[in-house]
Amino acid sequence: MIVFAILGLALGIAIGVYLPVFPQLYSKLVAVAFMASLDAAFGGLRAVKEGTYDSSIFISGFFANGLFAVFLCYFGMRLGIDLYYVALVAFGLRIFNNIAIIRRLFMKK
Amino acid sequence: MRYTDKKEKFFTFLVCLVLGVMVSTQFRSAENARHSVNQQRAEELVEKLKTTEKANQELQERLQHMEKDLAGSEDSRKGMQKLKMYAGETELHGPGVVVTLNDSMLPTKAGEDPNLHIIHDDDLLRILNELRAGGAEALAMNEERILDVSEVRCAGPTVSVNNTRFSPPYVIRAIGDPKTLESALRLRGGVIETLKFWGINVDLRKDDDVVIPAYKGTRHYEFAKPKEGGA
Repeated sequence: MIVFAILGLALGIAIGVYLPVFPQLYSKLVAVAFMASLDAAFGGLRAVKEGTYDSSIFISGFFANGLFAVFLCYFGMRLGIDLYYVALVAFGLRIFNNIAIIRRLFMKK
Repeated sequence: MRYTDKKEKFFTFLVCLVLGVMVSTQFRSAENARHSVNQQRAEELVEKLKTTEKANQELQERLQHMEKDLAGSEDSRKGMQKLKMYAGETELHGPGVVVTLNDSMLPTKAGEDPNLHIIHDDDLLRILNELRAGGAEALAMNEERILDVSEVRCAGPTVSVNNTRFSPPYVIRAIGDPKTLESALRLRGGVIETLKFWGINVDLRKDDDVVIPAYKGTRHYEFAKPKEGGA
C-alpha cells in the first residue's frame, strides 16, 4: 500500500515538473486546493489510526474538499472577499489538529 | 483495516498522484514568482520604451524639417524663433518660482486613508492652475514643459506629463513675477496650506533665473483645421 502511495507521489511530482506553470492569478487557488488535499490526506491517516477509515469517504472527501475550496476562493476573488486566507487558516488549523491526534494515537500504541 | 482491495490501491495511487502534481506545480509557480520581474514593472518599462522610441523618431523628423527651414534668410529665422517661443518649443529662462513637492512623511493613523498623504495629479493641477492665474508665462514639471496640450494625469503610482512618467519629488518651475506667483500659492486657505495640512512637503523658492525646458513632443492636428478666411 505504502509503495503505491510513494509511487503516486513520485509520479505526480514528475508530471508536475513538466506541466505548464499556473498563471500568477490562479496560484492562490492551487494553494488552497493543495491545503484542502493535504488536510484530507491527514484526515485519512487519522481515520486509519482510529480504525474508522472508509476509502469512499476518504476519496470523495479528498476531491470534493479540494474542488469546493477552489470554488469558494474563486468566488471570493470575484466578490472581493479574501476567502483565500479563511480557507488557508481553516485547513491549516485542521491539519495541525489532525497531526496532534495522529501523534497521540502513535504514542498510545 | 483491509488494504487488499484493488480499487483502493488505485485510489490511493490517484490521490497521491494528485497531491504530487499539486506540490510540484505550486513549488514551481512560487519559484517563478520569486524570480520573474514584477509584471506591472515590466509593462511600465515596455510602455516607457515605446514612448521613448516614438519621441525619438519624431525628434529626428523635426530635426530634418528644421534643417530645411534654417536655409531661409535672417529675417525668417528671427520670425521662426519667435513663433517657436510662442509654441513653447524653445528653452526659456527668467525670474520665477520653483515648487518642490514630496509625499508626506507623517505616519498614517489607524483607519486613515493613506491616499491623503500622497501627492495626486489634482494637487499638481491645482498648483499649476494657481500659477497660471498668477500670470506665469512658462511652466514646467520636472523636465517636461507644461503647455496647452500637456496632460497631468495619475498613472498608477506615478504622474504622467507629456506621456513621461514622474514619481515624487515633483518640481514645478514657473517663470513670472516671483512675488505674485508666491503670494498666489501662499494664499490663506490656498493650495500650499491645504497640502501642508496633510503633511505633504512643499518647498516654495523664488529664483532669479528659472530655466524652463522646451516642449519635446510634437503637436498633431488630426481633427483641427484652420478656418478659411479666419484671422
